[in-house]
Amino acid sequence: MGKLLEKVKIAIVGSGPAGLSAAGRAAARGLSHVLLEKTSHLSDTIFKYQRGKYIMSTPDQLPLRSDIAFEAGSRESIIDRWDVDAADLKTNVKLNSDVIAIEGHEGEFTLTLASGEIIAAEYVILAVGVQGNPNKLKNPGTDQPWVQYQLDDPKEYYDENVIVIGGGDAGIENALGLANPEQGNVVTLLQRSDGFPRSKEANVQALYAARDAGQLDFITEASLIRIEQGGSGESLWVAVVDTKDGEARLPCDRIIARLGAAPPRKFVEAAGVEFTGPDREAFPVLTPRYESTVPGLYIIGALAGFPLIKHCMNQGHDVVEFISGNTDLQPPDTPLLEELFKAAPQKRSVEEWLEHIRSRVDVLTDVSPLQMREFLLASTIHYKKSGDLVVKRNDIGSSVFAIVDGSVAVEVDAKDKRKTVPIAGGNIFGELGLISGRRRTATVRAAEPTMLLEIPRNATLKLMASVPGVKRRMERISTERQVGQIFGQLLPRKAIDEILDGAELLHFKAGEALINEGERSTDIYIIRSGSVVVEKHIGGKDVFLSYVLAGNYVGEMALFYEGLRTATVRAAIKSDVVRLPGAIFERLLSENPDLYKSVEGLVADRRKLNDYIEAKREGFSSVVDMHTSVARFLLEEQGLSEATDALVIDETLCVGCDNCEKACADVHEGISRLDREAGNSYAFIHVPTSCRHCEHPHCMTDCPPDAIHRGPDGEVFIDDKCIGCGNCQRYCPYGVIQMEAVPPKKPSLLSWLAFGIGPGPGQPDKDWIDDHRKGNEKPPKQAVKCDMCSGIKGGPACVRACPTGAAMRISPDDYLSLAGEGSE
Amino acid sequence: MPISHEGFLGHKGYRYLKLAIGLSIFAIIVYALADVNSRPNGGTWLGYTLGTISALLIVWLMMLGMRKRAITAGNWSLKGWTSAHVYLGSSLLVLATLHTGFQFGLNVHTLAYGLMVFVILSGFVGIYYYATVPRKMSDNRAHRTQSDMLEAIRALNRELNEAAQPLDQKYLGDVKTAIRKTKIKPGLFTSIHDIQKRCATTRASKRLRKAIANADDGMRQPLEHVVSILERKAALLMRTRKHIRNKTLLQLWLYFHVPMSFALLAALMAHIVSVFFYW
Repeated sequence: MGKLLEKVKIAIVGSGPAGLSAAGRAAARGLSHVLLEKTSHLSDTIFKYQRGKYIMSTPDQLPLRSDIAFEAGSRESIIDRWDVDAADLKTNVKLNSDVIAIEGHEGEFTLTLASGEIIAAEYVILAVGVQGNPNKLKNPGTDQPWVQYQLDDPKEYYDENVIVIGGGDAGIENALGLANPEQGNVVTLLQRSDGFPRSKEANVQALYAARDAGQLDFITEASLIRIEQGGSGESLWVAVVDTKDGEARLPCDRIIARLGAAPPRKFVEAAGVEFTGPDREAFPVLTPRYESTVPGLYIIGALAGFPLIKHCMNQGHDVVEFISGNTDLQPPDTPLLEELFKAAPQKRSVEEWLEHIRSRVDVLTDVSPLQMREFLLASTIHYKKSGDLVVKRNDIGSSVFAIVDGSVAVEVDAKDKRKTVPIAGGNIFGELGLISGRRRTATVRAAEPTMLLEIPRNATLKLMASVPGVKRRMERISTERQVGQIFGQLLPRKAIDEILDGAELLHFKAGEALINEGERSTDIYIIRSGSVVVEKHIGGKDVFLSYVLAGNYVGEMALFYEGLRTATVRAAIKSDVVRLPGAIFERLLSENPDLYKSVEGLVADRRKLNDYIEAKREGFSSVVDMHTSVARFLLEEQGLSEATDALVIDETLCVGCDNCEKACADVHEGISRLDREAGNSYAFIHVPTSCRHCEHPHCMTDCPPDAIHRGPDGEVFIDDKCIGCGNCQRYCPYGVIQMEAVPPKKPSLLSWLAFGIGPGPGQPDKDWIDDHRKGNEKPPKQAVKCDMCSGIKGGPACVRACPTGAAMRISPDDYLSLAGEGSE
Repeated sequence: MPISHEGFLGHKGYRYLKLAIGLSIFAIIVYALADVNSRPNGGTWLGYTLGTISALLIVWLMMLGMRKRAITAGNWSLKGWTSAHVYLGSSLLVLATLHTGFQFGLNVHTLAYGLMVFVILSGFVGIYYYATVPRKMSDNRAHRTQSDMLEAIRALNRELNEAAQPLDQKYLGDVKTAIRKTKIKPGLFTSIHDIQKRCATTRASKRLRKAIANADDGMRQPLEHVVSILERKAALLMRTRKHIRNKTLLQLWLYFHVPMSFALLAALMAHIVSVFFYW
């Protein structure tokens, strides 16, 4: 046993924002304490931020409760201020004190330092954060010394090809720091997901601005495959990257990977603390007062799952208050949560509610009470009486519902309201909304007095991204529902479980085949994200049959063709696909002739198409070739594979009168939302620059005021809440969103026709607008895009106003499948 | 074409073509069978009927201009209107001719008739262009917009200006002329081919190409470079001129069709007033 250095009431391990704030409170309360810091300075994580980094104080609405000051500012100003505050409060700081073990229990903890010295404490506050344990790359070639997980000073690097991996705040800030034009670095940021959902708004905006200014580039939905030597015959290094559009090779002199960090689990577990689950990113189990499963040992800050400085500092303050007996102290967000449960029939405290919801709702099992608080602030609670409507079939909605108490009934048959399937308490529904801005597939009513938790799409995605257990459970439920959809409600529970246990999530790159024609296999594939193209090899050519969007399935047909694949299925864009083992289906179907019959009925339509093509395969002519090449042009080059409703122009009829544009401007405050002439053409089909109302609208990715919605007719529109930030314009890959101010009102059409007053039909030119603005009036620029003329009788003006019939609106699944031609 | 739909001529299975033919045949039959006391003319009951129908039709046909520009709510389709405009307008050739009873002379009545025929024939020209030009235009412009083309020409001019700096004064002058004196708009009455031949860019390109043969080694490379830019510009000019010509063809006929319609309307009023005055 080492030398006993000190005996205190509270030992605080880690001097980051959480630990420092705790020490500050302890000092202010006059409690005996010690703040142990591994390094030679306070707050190592912040200290290691890149020089001059601007630190934000989100979330803004949360009040700061700490003896240590904190407001947004540069890294240096914040560190200086903390040093001063720590000294002023006379906190007892021990630098260079690396705690290697914590033993004991409440009242009798012993902390062993690396030096062998010992500190005795009644309570321990663990605030070591997670930065000591960064997630690392595991790809081949990444063991190079220039693959680093931290960036101290971006100014050290000149004229390098730098690849930053990870689009979190750290990655974005590093990329921006390195992209300083004076340093001549070529910076590319790789981000795994589509967009930057976990990063701060201001960072994302700065990133887009830097890209638009040509200072750096970023690739979303991209991940590193390997690093290898061999750029242009020399010993240069290249990073081989998997992107949405296939493999890319980027020269690289340096890789900075910012992949987040995981709790130093071994160390924490050695003290006896339990975690919420086995995943690497799981957090310790904590009470609402931050007490771990070891009484007297408290855990706060990033280690408890809170990466934001303000949260950490509040926790540091609060935990010392709890230890000193102030157990009535409520977290700063408690009044907001109390408001949420105000209408509840039962009276419970906020903590009781959180635990009640967590223990009732299966998918939330792994969520810590602290994370519960966070996402509940974004959610809504509904109390429904028996028979009350919850969601209506064909309504647009993207939130997920969790049944806390009670149960609901799903009307599975649109024609017969009495046919319902129950969903019991503890389950979720509406999860298809996560896949896209899809319509609700069924009407759901409360079956008894029911308490529902409605979680918005973004909050759910964030929760899934930060708690792997939630993601896993959500995915299992979606797969289960999908299996139910394929086989009706025919499979016994046991079989469903068996299928789910055998299910496997696979990732396919653009162009990769899931299923090859002629193979023998009966696996069924559910498309979780992306979309796939079905092709058949006929007369030496691949003929396009249909394309299938996320949320649907392929491959079930082989069950009825003795396991023979009758077509090839390829990923149209990068897609995530769940494979369900076919052997189980085969067995189930052969055991149960009734099931076979019913399933056969379910897939009859697809079978008919298949048989039709088989019958006609000799007679397929150039018409089919044409169909295939046009389909490829529209789907693959023009991005119509994600469209739901797009304007297309037949160039054999278009006389270029631009009446479509004029009509658009005239029904929409004078701004045309389409550019007829721009855009690509193929075989006289022209796809102008105009909104396609994507299945998964890119523009919705990051709208700060949440102003973009999907309307009742499936149109994606922007409402008056638009603040003109331009995010949607940057996210749209088709360039269909403009930032424009509403022009002044034009004189009437008659006065133009009769007397030539005003600029005439269509969008007025810039000079006219400038001349006719009143005084210094400068209306704000807002995002303008097609709304499919929603609410205007007669429908889209562009089509109605086309004199020759060249303009038409199509939805690709209507046109791009041979089924249509077969029925003609 | 896999995305199949109807253009304005085939609108709703040629609904208005059928209507127009039906109307014309009916008028011809009635004309043939009608027992009018004197020789047929505008003053008989049949003449009045045909005249009234024709006059109302003319006014309605002219309303297309309003319909096109007043984008009101409702289930109308401009394509349908255009289709009706084309076929019912053509049927006037029958209805109004029968209305005249084949009596023509040097008077305001025949003037109105003549204008009407002119307007209809100019409409036929328009249909011809509408049916043939869009395809050509689409092929020629190959995804480029007119402003793309003009911008590309400007970019080539900048490139030319830079590339021509090392050249002799003589050739530099040619290039400068090619930059300054190239007229893009093709004009109406010359073939694109001739314009292309006479264009300052083509001429400069030809002269410089000749000069390459006699140039010394140091000059050859810059000359070849400039010529290649000039040739690119000439090709682009050809495309742009064709585009402008195509656009002109699609609009030009309207400059006859529309003003003459108004002239027709005036003459029609004079015709009607005079008929009632001098009854």
